[in-house]
Amino acid sequence: MSTAETLLYLLPELLLLLTAALVFALDLVWRHDPERQRQWVPGVAIGGLAVALIVTLALMAGHPNVRVAWLMAVDPLALFFKVIAIIGVAMVLASALDYIPGRTPYVGEFYALLIAAGLAISITVSASDLILLYLGLEFLSITSYVLTGYLKRDRRSIEAALKYFLYGAAASAVMLYGMSLLYGATGTTDLEAIARVLSGDVSGEMTLLGFPAVALLLVGFSFKASLVPFHQWAPDAYEGAPTPVTAFLSTASKATGFAVMARVLLVGLPMFQEREWVPILAALSMVTMTFGNLVAIQQSNIKRLLAYSSIAQAGYILIGLVALSQNPTFNGLNGLLIYLFAYLFTNIGAFVVVIAVESATGAVDLPGYAGLVRRSPLLAGMLLIFLLSLTGIPPTGGFLGKLFVFGAAIQAKFLSLAIVGIVNSAIAAFYYLNVVRYMFFMPAPEGQEAKPIALAPGVQTTLWVCLAMTFLIGIYAQPFITWATRSASFLVSAL
Amino acid sequence: MGFPILTLITFVPLLGSILCLLPWARWRGWDKDQEEDFIRRLAIAVSLIPLLLAIILWFAYDKTAGGYQFEEVASWIPALGASYHLGVDGLSIPLIFLTALLTTLGLYYSARVIKRRVREFFMLFLMLETGMIGVFVSLDLVLFYVFWEIGLVPMYLLIGIWGQEKDRPQYSAIKFFLYTLAGSVAMLLAILGVYYNTGTFDIVKAAELRPFSDNLTLASLAFWGFFLAFAIKMPAWPFHTWLPDAHTAAPTAGSVILAGVLLKLGAYGLIRINLPLFPEASKTWAPLMVALGVISIVYGAFVCMAQTDLKRLIAYSSVSHMGYVMLGVGAAAFAIGMTRPGILDSAAMALNGAALQMFNHGIITGGLFFLVGVIYERAHTRELNLFGGLSAKVPYFYGMMMVTGMASLGLPGLAGFWSEFFVFRGAFDIVRVWAAIGIIGVVVTAAYILWRIVQSVFLGQYDPEKIPHWTDLIDGSETHEPTDMLGFEKVTMWPLVFFMLLFGIYPTPILAFFNRVTTTLMNAL
Repeated sequence: MSTAETLLYLLPELLLLLTAALVFALDLVWRHDPERQRQWVPGVAIGGLAVALIVTLALMAGHPNVRVAWLMAVDPLALFFKVIAIIGVAMVLASALDYIPGRTPYVGEFYALLIAAGLAISITVSASDLILLYLGLEFLSITSYVLTGYLKRDRRSIEAALKYFLYGAAASAVMLYGMSLLYGATGTTDLEAIARVLSGDVSGEMTLLGFPAVALLLVGFSFKASLVPFHQWAPDAYEGAPTPVTAFLSTASKATGFAVMARVLLVGLPMFQEREWVPILAALSMVTMTFGNLVAIQQSNIKRLLAYSSIAQAGYILIGLVALSQNPTFNGLNGLLIYLFAYLFTNIGAFVVVIAVESATGAVDLPGYAGLVRRSPLLAGMLLIFLLSLTGIPPTGGFLGKLFVFGAAIQAKFLSLAIVGIVNSAIAAFYYLNVVRYMFFMPAPEGQEAKPIALAPGVQTTLWVCLAMTFLIGIYAQPFITWATRSASFLVSAL
Repeated sequence: MGFPILTLITFVPLLGSILCLLPWARWRGWDKDQEEDFIRRLAIAVSLIPLLLAIILWFAYDKTAGGYQFEEVASWIPALGASYHLGVDGLSIPLIFLTALLTTLGLYYSARVIKRRVREFFMLFLMLETGMIGVFVSLDLVLFYVFWEIGLVPMYLLIGIWGQEKDRPQYSAIKFFLYTLAGSVAMLLAILGVYYNTGTFDIVKAAELRPFSDNLTLASLAFWGFFLAFAIKMPAWPFHTWLPDAHTAAPTAGSVILAGVLLKLGAYGLIRINLPLFPEASKTWAPLMVALGVISIVYGAFVCMAQTDLKRLIAYSSVSHMGYVMLGVGAAAFAIGMTRPGILDSAAMALNGAALQMFNHGIITGGLFFLVGVIYERAHTRELNLFGGLSAKVPYFYGMMMVTGMASLGLPGLAGFWSEFFVFRGAFDIVRVWAAIGIIGVVVTAAYILWRIVQSVFLGQYDPEKIPHWTDLIDGSETHEPTDMLGFEKVTMWPLVFFMLLFGIYPTPILAFFNRVTTTLMNAL
């Protein structure tokens, strides 16, 4: 492959890198011109992301499946997650436009770090080699720690970042140990080469390696995807982090965990599927759903509630990776992708409502949402839709995701997983509707009845995009299903 | 494909609910009262369109040809094999008419009664209509599920927002939602199971393919997934406990729709999906369905006797009356595979009775809930012990209540008689002992209607001490004596009374619809 071609395939990453660098630089250059800084830096950031998104979509149209620069795979799966990362970062950035400037003077760096986190995701989801995979995950983790602790005068933000960092450091160390086991046994860090060596193993000695290696690797991936029992950082980090960062952590960053899990397990370790990772993931999925939902019921802080909800959601998403089959409609992995894509818009939408309410009233606890429908019917109505989508009520994207993961569970004859899943979705309705109860049934606090909530343009745009996509995925599902199936099937059919 | 009448009938209410959301006051320079008045009129006007279309459907349906008509098939999600497949047969047309009628009446009645958060109320009510009609016209399981769930949210909000504080509306609303959702997620798995086995979501095709016909265990599991959803919705004992709370808490028009239509969704599902798709599992579980039906009839009736709250009493009477439907369906399922001469006629008759009971219960109990609303708006209580001797004070109301109550207890000459008669006539031939036990329920029904309602509310001596303050609905002022029904209340009630009388004297037009479907269904099984 020529250099030009290589660069072409790396264009999304290069553009993200360029945008992040530009934002850093312009923020510095215009530091004595706050008016221009305020107006143009976000514009450059959003513009760069838009170009990166268009380029990624254009690349995807060619359905490439190539190795670039030895360490990276540019294939439909990687591109799918790059789209998720770029859209996620753009929406989070847009919703932060009015949130961040009021809270810290370091605005430009925030945007640049967010874009750098998007870059980290793009690299990680493409990594076809354990070394790059590890570097990408660390890159993402470090930017995330900084973003979480960004409000350095806010003690909860600092505490959240420290907890996140300590957990993250421990999880990566364990994961690295798992990688070293694989390297020691196979003598390579390339995922495809690992698979070749493992499948060429006639003595059967390497199967002894399977369980410890898979388990140790999964610690690191589960940490990113916030699966129980590697979720403990999530509620505190979600609660303490600036709310836009929480929205990022619970969607794009979480998706990365699933992306690397899918690639490493399906490309590198398919021979450990039957006996090692499917049982482990099935157990993780059930525990994650059940635990996340049961704890979410008791939460009274909306950010913590959404944190536990997003833990539970990770449990449903994981079904897609457990219940793999060759069925053309429900192959499992496409369910995971559809679920994640719908969840991206739904969950960011929910967090943007939280941002708007927090900006206007400072409230992040449920009683602060009492009577919201009187003060801002738009926000209350939108949050209602997002919560219904999280519950899985049609015709929303969340329903389509659930339909696909449960469909996959039935196809793969994982009835137990499907039953635990549906019982959990009924339980989850209780706490989602509890928020609805506050918004719609309770009277607003004294004196705030008629105080309407003003919406910043960035927030408003993001909300409408999220709402439109939530319904679009649910009603006009065909293109999204086709896209997800195409992105997933090349890996699944190789099994 | 011709004129898309089913699409229109389903989505015009949704369009209306979107229209209700628009900022009319800002556009037209109105104040809040003018805008709310406009929204009331708008919603009623919009609801007349599906009603008109439902009447057209009633007469345009070719009864001699039978089967599904006015079908619309369009590709929806080909990647999933789910299509936009609509169609109606003799079972769904009367129920669509019932839905459209009760919605219009409910909106008309609410226009006078609902004074708080008007815009939301009318918007949600129309959205609810889309969900309900959608269930009756869907011939694709995914579409069916989508509409099934769409109705859930508006009803939840209707109960929670407009419920009376003392009836614990928030508790009742979430209970309603969780019960129904627990059933519907089970149905979702069953739908996916049907797809797993047959590769289609189409109800008509799946009925031909008979999912899991070679494996009774899996067929039973799928049967139970659907049955759970439908039995909770109907509701059959022991899944009925959400119903008294939800009915009591809901605003009058909400209770009317809840009893009149939402309960029918469950019964409709049993006949549309459970029987044709899983005949063998239905046969296997028929004794249980019969038993649940009879228990619901008898238990519901006895619980009614113990109620002191008029609305709660009528809510429990729904449990009892929907038990007839379950008994009819169960008896028909029991007859599957039996070869005795005449058994098919009995089965079809039981099923006819069940279907007719769905319609009749809709107009009768809908009427009863309107009448409870009438008295509640005046007295602000529903305690049976506080009433008495009202027959002389409110004779018109008394007359309406007598007709509706008599129809409810199955007096010959009124609609309720025929459905009970058919159910028991069919069931006696198939499950004699259970049917005989079920008759107890009929007797007790007469007792609670006559004794608990008629006697304690209308007969006896009027005691002005018991309820010293009544509201005069004309101007909202306080009076010392109850005032009789007003024009708008009479207008709301008369269509229902008309159908009770019409189908009581001459049930043939509606029976012709059902009979065709049930005989075809029973012959096919």
